[in-house]
Amino acid sequence: MKENNVIEAEELTKEFGAFTAVNAISFEVKKGEIFGFLGANGAGKTTAMKMLIGISKPSSGKAKVAGFDVYAQAESIKKNIGYMSQKFALYDDLTVKENITFFGGIYGLSRARIKEKTKHLIMELGLDGIADQLVGSLPLGWKQKLSFSVSLLHEPKIVFLDEPTGGVDPITRRQFWEMIYKSANQGTTIFVTTHYMDEAEYCDRVSIMVDGRIEALDTPKKLKAQFNVDNMNDVFLKLARG
Amino acid sequence: MKRFIGFIKKEFYHIFRDKRSLFILFGMPIAQILLFGFAITNEINNVDIAILDHSKDASTQEIINKISASKYFTIEQFITREADIEDAFKKGKIKAVLNFEKDFSKNLIKEQRATLQIISDATDPNTANTITNYISSILKNYEQSKNRSIELDYQVIPETRMVYNPELKSVFTFVPGVMTIILMLVSAMMTSISITREKELGTMEILLVSPIKPFQVIIGKVVPYIFLSVINAIVIVILSIFIFKMPVQGSLFLLGAESVLFIIASLALGILISTISETQQTAMMISLMGLMLPVILLSGFIFPISSMPEPLQVISHIIPAKWFIVIIKGIMLKGVDISFLWKESVILIGMTILFIGLSIKKYKIRLE
Amino acid sequence: MGIRVTDISKSYKNVKALKGITFDVKEGELFGLIGPDGAGKTTLFRILTTLLFSDEGEATVAGYDVVLDYKDIRQSVGYMPGKFSLYQDLTVEENLNFFATIFGTTIEENYDLIKDIYIQIEPFKKRRAGQLSGGMKQKLALSCALIHKPKVLFLDEPTTGVDPVSRKEFWEMLKRLQKKGITILVSTPYMDEAALCDRIALIQDGGILEIDTPESIVHKFPKALYNIGANNMYQLIRSLNNYEHLYSVYPFGEFVHYADKRPAFNIADLAQYLDAQGLKSFSIEPTKPTIEDTFMELAKK
Repeated sequence: MKENNVIEAEELTKEFGAFTAVNAISFEVKKGEIFGFLGANGAGKTTAMKMLIGISKPSSGKAKVAGFDVYAQAESIKKNIGYMSQKFALYDDLTVKENITFFGGIYGLSRARIKEKTKHLIMELGLDGIADQLVGSLPLGWKQKLSFSVSLLHEPKIVFLDEPTGGVDPITRRQFWEMIYKSANQGTTIFVTTHYMDEAEYCDRVSIMVDGRIEALDTPKKLKAQFNVDNMNDVFLKLARG
Repeated sequence: MKRFIGFIKKEFYHIFRDKRSLFILFGMPIAQILLFGFAITNEINNVDIAILDHSKDASTQEIINKISASKYFTIEQFITREADIEDAFKKGKIKAVLNFEKDFSKNLIKEQRATLQIISDATDPNTANTITNYISSILKNYEQSKNRSIELDYQVIPETRMVYNPELKSVFTFVPGVMTIILMLVSAMMTSISITREKELGTMEILLVSPIKPFQVIIGKVVPYIFLSVINAIVIVILSIFIFKMPVQGSLFLLGAESVLFIIASLALGILISTISETQQTAMMISLMGLMLPVILLSGFIFPISSMPEPLQVISHIIPAKWFIVIIKGIMLKGVDISFLWKESVILIGMTILFIGLSIKKYKIRLE
Repeated sequence: MGIRVTDISKSYKNVKALKGITFDVKEGELFGLIGPDGAGKTTLFRILTTLLFSDEGEATVAGYDVVLDYKDIRQSVGYMPGKFSLYQDLTVEENLNFFATIFGTTIEENYDLIKDIYIQIEPFKKRRAGQLSGGMKQKLALSCALIHKPKVLFLDEPTTGVDPVSRKEFWEMLKRLQKKGITILVSTPYMDEAALCDRIALIQDGGILEIDTPESIVHKFPKALYNIGANNMYQLIRSLNNYEHLYSVYPFGEFVHYADKRPAFNIADLAQYLDAQGLKSFSIEPTKPTIEDTFMELAKK
């Protein structure tokens, strides 16, 4: 594994019977990079991500995440990554504080550390007045930001974000991306899977999966130039229509 | 009408494509009836007993022979002292000890009465009861034969009387109960689930924003299940007649008509449940907790109503299943006709009308 | 004859979902409700499709009152709820047949209306709806909503969770339907789709921020806007936030959109400032505001 890389995949493949969901994909993600992992529904994004976070064994190929092998060291991978999805984020029937404490406990943080983190997090997100409110009563945007912070509680090397900002209002969405820029700036690698092309524009580099293969991988700027269009949506349209 | 038929057709597609509901519909009735018929039973077979015979004379020998000749009991050991009785039980195999008093024959002839003590293991009270009953009837049988041959009037010591189910076959008492549970479950739970599923999927929204009328939706949901429940009832009756040799004393037509009545009552309950639950899970919970438990515990299916405390007896009156069990027991076991069952039938009809009325009142034509 | 909404309010327990909303949709218009999740779009759709009562205000759809004439509305509108709401265990054909029957019509009778949509999924008509891809499900749902030739079509976030190719095709279909005289009210959280509507209402927290054509809406942005890029996005945003003349800064993909307080803005000044902040290879170029810029500007107030 190269010094700078936190994810390395080589010919990574997953087959379900006769169907090849992920077809020999190879890519690298550098430390502190915001990497967009794009594709239509059913293109194989989710399957590929499941292999990378150690909950699905590849059929063949090699991959290392945070320095650990996806075949042999899945447990170590799980300890070194964070995960946030729009579908499952926090428990609505627990308060902000209870959620932080609970997830801190899951990641094996000490009591003192959880306390310190909770204080810090509440201050940083400006949640002072509502730390004891149920998460279910918060606006969607706040939940998203809290949920992202919670996924960073154990200071993982990589955070996997699954469609993090779909449907969020534009201002909150930008605040969210500012948070992402900040963590990336501090050296955390951000791995975003999404099929919202406007989310892709924010990434340092993006890969686009079509039918189990990575069909394009570069910075949004170069991809747009390569396909001679002015947004990622059109890049995607051109790729998907062949 | 075309709308309505289209709706029913759709319901059948749902039912036949969902393996889980198909299983509940047809697998469960068969499994339940076989389970209750074979496994959970009050009957006894080859129960080990011990004999403590203080007199060892002709009469005791004759009784012992009679008992050991029956298929119900096996004489596992003979003991000689009272003190050994407890030991015999503790070793565990035997379920009862027969203790013949001293000079049994002599007493029988002289005083026209003799005592036989039946000591049974009441850790399983049902079995203990049954054993006692069985031995008693063997004794009675013995007395009768004696009385006939010697023409002397011996006194009957154990008093038991079994009517309507002379062979003491417990499956006969279970069949009405199981049939009630299955009809109730299939009708109420399945309809409430199928209506709440539409709410959960969001298709109810589309149905509401369409010209189809609410009662068409409800009746459309109900019709397939009436049909399937009737098939179920028929399967259960056929199983009990052919596998358990259960006699149906009364009119099959009346049995069918009363079953349809009960099915409709249960369906109405199912609709009522669906109007108060938003998710399939809630509907299922309410059906199981609110319907199954009372039916099992309070309908007289397992525990006789007459031996319940007063408040529970009162509650049992509002359970439709209770009345249905009375009705089908009457028809199947006693062979009575409608003139004996009209009261129960009227109560069931009343309940059905009440449930339908309530569900129509509670059914929402909007989302709130 | 299209849709008329007057002062509609609606609350759930302690949340005000809609706060006095008023707008009109002309007959044959393609009107977009643009706003994030939780803005009140679905509640409004449910009031207009007679699924909910409003607390206050009045509304008519195709000339019918949503409370008094709810039966007429249910006859004459097509509704596609936000969640995919067809029977997953029924095939494509069975679903379509079912909805045709409950609306008292047949597929043949209105085939011309759904033809160019249905033709794309017809090869899969024996497949269960649950096994279709996102784009195909959406086409089927649209066919089902159209099967009875509705006068008004309500589409609640039809493109959420659908890939870009299908989204594009979907909007092309809407344009064609509009030509056939159907009034369409569509909601979406995607600002880029707003440009495809005749008129749009920007909606947030239960209130309407602005109603106009997409072209006029972008002109409501009060300042000149600049695209700024640099080697480090995080530092760039931090530096701009600390800049004394800042009016607003928002990340927009690989750039940020920057607006300045001063009427006479000098690019060289800002360049100097960014340079002093240690930023490298930065670019500052004028750009046109988008609907999203206007939305954020209006939402701030």
